[in-house]
Amino acid sequence: MLIDFVKISLNSLRYRKLRSWLTMLGIFIGIAAVVSLIGMGEGLRVAISGQFGFLGPDIFSVQASGLNLAGPPGSNTVNPLADDLYKKIEGLNGVEASFNRHIESGTLEYNDIQSIGMALSVPSGENRKAVETMLNLEVESGRLLKDGDNKRIILGNGFKDDKIFGKGVSSGDRVLLSGETYTVIGILEKKGSFIFDQSVIINEETLLDQFGDDGTTDLIAVKVKDVKNIEKVMEDVEKILRKERDVDLGEEDFVVASPQQAIESLNSTLFAVQLFVYIIASISLIVGGIGIMNTMYTAVIERTKEIGIMKAIGARNSTIFTLFFIESGFLGFVGGLIGILLGLGIANGMSFIGRQALGSELIQASISAELLIGSMLFSFILGTFFGVMPAIQAAKMHPVDALRSK
Amino acid sequence: MNKYIIKIDNVWKTYTMGEVQVHALRGLNLEIKHGEFLAIKGPSGSGKSTAMNMIGALDVPTKGSVYLEGKDISKFRESNLAQLRGKKIGFIFQQFNLINTLSAIENVMLPMVFLGMPVGERQRRAKKLLSMVGLDKRYGHRPTELSGGQQQRVAISRALAVNPDVILADEPTGNLDSKTGSTVMDFLKKLNRKENKTIIMVTHDDELAKHADRIENIIDGKIIKGGKK
Ligand SMILES: Nc1ncnc2c1ncn2[C@@H]1O[C@H](COP(=O)(O)OP(=O)(O)OP(=O)(O)O)[C@@H](O)[C@H]1O
Ligand SMILES: [Mg+2]
Repeated sequence: MLIDFVKISLNSLRYRKLRSWLTMLGIFIGIAAVVSLIGMGEGLRVAISGQFGFLGPDIFSVQASGLNLAGPPGSNTVNPLADDLYKKIEGLNGVEASFNRHIESGTLEYNDIQSIGMALSVPSGENRKAVETMLNLEVESGRLLKDGDNKRIILGNGFKDDKIFGKGVSSGDRVLLSGETYTVIGILEKKGSFIFDQSVIINEETLLDQFGDDGTTDLIAVKVKDVKNIEKVMEDVEKILRKERDVDLGEEDFVVASPQQAIESLNSTLFAVQLFVYIIASISLIVGGIGIMNTMYTAVIERTKEIGIMKAIGARNSTIFTLFFIESGFLGFVGGLIGILLGLGIANGMSFIGRQALGSELIQASISAELLIGSMLFSFILGTFFGVMPAIQAAKMHPVDALRSK
Repeated sequence: MNKYIIKIDNVWKTYTMGEVQVHALRGLNLEIKHGEFLAIKGPSGSGKSTAMNMIGALDVPTKGSVYLEGKDISKFRESNLAQLRGKKIGFIFQQFNLINTLSAIENVMLPMVFLGMPVGERQRRAKKLLSMVGLDKRYGHRPTELSGGQQQRVAISRALAVNPDVILADEPTGNLDSKTGSTVMDFLKKLNRKENKTIIMVTHDDELAKHADRIENIIDGKIIKGGKK
């Protein structure tokens, strides 16, 4: 019985193809917006979390803040961190290790092609192992750096690719780092983080040799003994820095942050963006729903005669209601289905373009089954919700009046 | 068993439009026997269609009673009336009144869908009825792809779909030329003679009315005496 009603309703929709499509347009634009934007936002969140993900939860960083005109984080600030500060931090309770990290940007040249690169320092001695585990440094080919490895560097996995220099770099090759020749002794494993996959790992002394030692550091990395105490240790570090740099609470010219915190703040930003998307999409969906209602009211008026005929040959009020209700539900459902397909297309298309533009594998749309099922269900409910009133109007028509209409 | 399948007892139907009251029926009395072929004549606006609506359970009177198989249906609710129509009455209209989005066979099956008949039986019966009226090559055609006469034959098949006892035909040949009209009349006569259906037909045409067992004249919402026996 119900299947017969569905067939009859579909017939009516098919009979008025153009109008049915136009009505569904309102729904599928809204659903496509939700699916694509939420999907891309989620993908972005996963990607950026991945950028920080290589740092463990027991690590935080200290950086000078303030004016940072250009270049890598922590550099070029008005009042950089002194390079002996890390020793004071290391003396704190709960700190396992603390060391300076130098980050320099420079040019990298190979195969007569130049590229911008970021050189990250690795300290010598005991701290080398700590940094290597902290950053989870492992080579895919060649070997890691050792003390005294002068003029030798390790490159991120991204340089293996032909894209950057027209020809992939492999261990043993010679490259120019800001004009000086270095031997590549290893290629890192792929990290999936484009900062990391396009960076140069270099010994601290070598880096200071070439780029100059001005008694400052770009970043101090701190590893705590117990993750549970990280908040407390961070507060202690802030205290030391305030005293050291003579600034008041609330006027800090430095930042103490854990990757975890960064991810959280990113999440809350993205959440705000997604909320905004939801609001815009909801408005568009309500407009789409009103479109369905409008179409259904028109259909009821237009098919008054048909309603009369059906009642004359035995259709009950509930039958008429069901027929119109199915129609509007179907408009919502199919609108939602098309919207989802469109949204998936847009999200994947955009992330494909993003990947091509940035040359990174990182940007992937991430669309959950919940999002899909939720959108589907919502558009169906929307269709039925806005279809109730017109369907009631159709059902309540008096058979004689309906039959008498044109 | 009741002698009369339909009995109209002093029925009034009044339409109120603002201040004005229109009495479409003013104390109509009519008794129709089982298996009878009745023709109803009368000038335009005399209340013929209104009377048909009462007989067909499409509407209830303002005053008076309508008995269908001895049951007073004048106080029935719409859902009960709908069920009654679906089972007991077959309608044939002047404007054919087929559903344009459905094919001929789907139109014929529709009353059976509403009655909840299984799909196999529905199809078998619809095909049988359509071939009976000579449309076995037109099952899949939409009403717009059929001639007027063919559409009215589909409508006759539809009226017979649930095998009702009573067929109501309100000017069934009004939109057809005289030749096509007479084939439609032949079908109605055959239904009456062979299948013993009770047929009530509204017509303007004296020639057509002669096919009936009895003719009643309605003027101003009342039966005027003097029909043929
Ligand atoms: N829904 C309605 N509202 C108001 N007046 C109505 C309504 N239905 C019928 N009437 C009036 O009732 C009277 C009888 O109408 P009815 O349709 O029964 O006439 P009829 O005999 O079938 O006429 P025709 O031969 O033209 O079909 C007419 O005056 C008509 O205007
Ligand atoms: Mg009439």
